[in-house]
Amino acid sequence: MRAVRHVIIGNSTAAIGAVEAVRSKDKAGNIVIISNEPHHTYSRPLISYLLAGKTTEEKMKYRGADFYKDNCCELLLGKTVVKLDAAKKEVVLDNGSSVAYDKLLVATGSTPFVPPVKGLDTVKNKLTFTTLDDAHALEAALAEHEKQSEKRAKVLILGAGLIGLKCAEGVSKHADCVCVDLSPRILSSILDDESAPILQSHLEANNIKFILGQQITELNKNTAAISDGTSLPFDILVLAVGVRANISLVKDAGGETNRGILIDEHCKTTLPDIYAAGDCSESTDVSTGEHKVMALLPNAYMQGECAGLNMAEEDTVFNKAIPMNAIGFFGTHVITAGSYTGDVYVEIDEKNLKKLYFADNRLNGFILVGNIEKAGIYTSLIREQTPLDTIDFALICKKPGLMAFSREVRAEKLGGIKAAK
Amino acid sequence: MKRVYVNEKWCLGCHLCEYYCAFAGTNETDMARALKDIKINPKIKIEEHGDISFAVSCRHCDEPLCVKGCITGALTKKDGVITIDKERCIHCYTCILCCPFGAVSPSEDGAIQKCELCVKNSAGVPQCVRGCPNAAIVFEERG
Repeated sequence: MRAVRHVIIGNSTAAIGAVEAVRSKDKAGNIVIISNEPHHTYSRPLISYLLAGKTTEEKMKYRGADFYKDNCCELLLGKTVVKLDAAKKEVVLDNGSSVAYDKLLVATGSTPFVPPVKGLDTVKNKLTFTTLDDAHALEAALAEHEKQSEKRAKVLILGAGLIGLKCAEGVSKHADCVCVDLSPRILSSILDDESAPILQSHLEANNIKFILGQQITELNKNTAAISDGTSLPFDILVLAVGVRANISLVKDAGGETNRGILIDEHCKTTLPDIYAAGDCSESTDVSTGEHKVMALLPNAYMQGECAGLNMAEEDTVFNKAIPMNAIGFFGTHVITAGSYTGDVYVEIDEKNLKKLYFADNRLNGFILVGNIEKAGIYTSLIREQTPLDTIDFALICKKPGLMAFSREVRAEKLGGIKAAK
Repeated sequence: MKRVYVNEKWCLGCHLCEYYCAFAGTNETDMARALKDIKINPKIKIEEHGDISFAVSCRHCDEPLCVKGCITGALTKKDGVITIDKERCIHCYTCILCCPFGAVSPSEDGAIQKCELCVKNSAGVPQCVRGCPNAAIVFEERG
């Protein structure tokens, strides 16, 4: 039998998940990785830690130096796929050459959205913050500033979401940061009105400033006009208002897309033998039943893995995706998952917050700030859709643990003893 | 594959497993001296409520959500044992978000810690099991 030709567009989390999965089942098939980035696979969220000097490029490698060799991958790095021909089963590269596939994984990720702010073209130092090259560019801009000025650099960040805040933390040692966001609260995609201010005051105590509920109305070289009528001088502008899924290859080839590339439980697109995974894809959120882009790393890995197994003819489904985030700033940790609807259990003090959202006998979501101990117990209740009347819910609200489960469930979880059905 | 299993009904709630776990991490020879005046932060932890108690530590899952979710690649599974490369851990606690057993926790230095079946310390075999006076924790092969 001819060896199967697995082609993967992308070289980040979902792609790596797919490589590991394909290789676990198919030792003989060819794997070709095509990426427009010229780098060894690296952990994207670590770029802010690189700026802060808490990691190195070597330690940022998502998999070891021998990963591609060990998994017999052919690498086409620094090449961009410009067209996907589903009928001919090939992808066309920017240099005009084409690569044939039997199974294709589209793991193209997302691209930062650059808002059309008036006068943006007058700003010299402007960048986005999602790639290693972005981190290098920001590093270079800061170094350049240091050479030319005695004063600390002023970094203006448009967007107080995950990317903007991580960027702020990353550069805070070397620069004064101000984050501007249209939302009245920080991390508006994962925090609510009660939890956001706790983290905000912690960030402010670490010298990061916020202008919330406002936008930049106009830029003029090194000055930003804010919608509240004030103006703000800056040296470097970081645009972190959000990202858009890279869907065009599949869309142009006739595959179904919405905000992301639509995939089913097998991580398959609507085109034959074409799969999609990670930030470019859109799948079902178990906590709400909605179809949406859930651009987060654990999901990306597991979708990539699921796609890879199916590419290697191992029938597999991944139907447990939920929004979930773990993030820390200056030692304060935040863990969230699911959706914030239904009744709510609340514990709040000055530095810690716990909110559990539940309805119809299920846990829908949670927010933890500060004390994040055993958060995964709550995550699993959402992921597994555990009926709350089968556990001691009052106990688990106070104290996440296996104690809230029945003795039989514990015997299975901790003793490996399957409960009698 | 041998795993640490918990026989809940035999657990006395004595917390000795926690002390043996903390001691194993020190690579010292004298337990009393090694743990004197120290608030221990063991990788195995007793859950207690009413008259029920049991120990919880990493299950070294077949489908390890912590490893799959790890954003840096610091958590890996080899020969059935999930270990953490503390040098590469960035303290994001995505593994704590993912672990359905609550078996991953922050260590004193911020990096995460979890049971590694004592493969990295001088003991070489799980010390919680050795320290349990009532065979409530065992290290054995089960189906």
